[in-house]
Amino acid sequence: MLTLQCPYCGVDAEETELTAGGEAHLKRETVGASDDDFEGYLFMRENPKGLHFERWRHSYGCGKWFLAARDTNTLEVFGTYPAQSKEPPKDLRDKISAKRPGWSWREFK
Amino acid sequence: MSEPVSFLGGRVAEGAVTVRDAGLQGMITLRGDLAATKVKNVVKKVTGQAIPAQRKALVEGRRGALWMSPDELLLLVPYAEAEEAVATITKALRGVHHLAVNVSDARAYVTVEGAGAAEVMAKNAPVDFSAAAFGAGDFRRSRVGQVAAAFWKDEAGAFHVVSFRSVGDYVFDLLRVSAEAGPVGALS
Repeated sequence: MLTLQCPYCGVDAEETELTAGGEAHLKRETVGASDDDFEGYLFMRENPKGLHFERWRHSYGCGKWFLAARDTNTLEVFGTYPAQSKEPPKDLRDKISAKRPGWSWREFK
Repeated sequence: MSEPVSFLGGRVAEGAVTVRDAGLQGMITLRGDLAATKVKNVVKKVTGQAIPAQRKALVEGRRGALWMSPDELLLLVPYAEAEEAVATITKALRGVHHLAVNVSDARAYVTVEGAGAAEVMAKNAPVDFSAAAFGAGDFRRSRVGQVAAAFWKDEAGAFHVVSFRSVGDYVFDLLRVSAEAGPVGALS
């Protein structure tokens, strides 16, 4: 079972307390965006076998959204961080680098 | 004026672990910046308690403050004082971004007491209820069976469970049946 630590309540919440919210760090394309960019925003998603960044909501707990980095293959969780983050925090990226040297995900590496 | 009654109407299921309707309880949802001095002061004034730390409950009798999320508290006051307390909060926090609502009648409130109370809770919520992990004054929002609930443990080892009124029947019956089934011994 997947267990993620909610960065707001600090509890190790298990899967049944959480709601999955799809991919993290999507950049919203809006008025003035090209058709290609808008299509990308609407439909194009990462689907890696390995490191992935996701949105989760602690729906049965504090009700807050947060972001998580985990491996879709091994189910290893690297860490969670607040939803207000524009990019994964430095310490989390360092932690991932230690375990998955040379990793990259969208524009992050 | 009609007499207010709690949703569960004083139901009690006696046994080694007793599940009982905790009766009418004034509850106020307060959202805002919990670090703000004005918020601290009005919480103290209304409940007699300080702002609880993360996942803590500060309760004395019918008054208390429960930590719901980084920007939300559930305040407990005697049922008859809830409206007045909301008015006090609204007045004290004029000009401060906040939300205060009397939710007393939107809730079912159940007490689970007895030596095996932790086990009854552990059967229904994905939370570690061992004494070391969940002690007196600890508070959690989670689920009980299939519905959202908030609960805390008091000094006597009893659990207080707050759920939505609409699922109050379910929560009461679930805890009652879990208590009837007897202890498993997992937490002893």
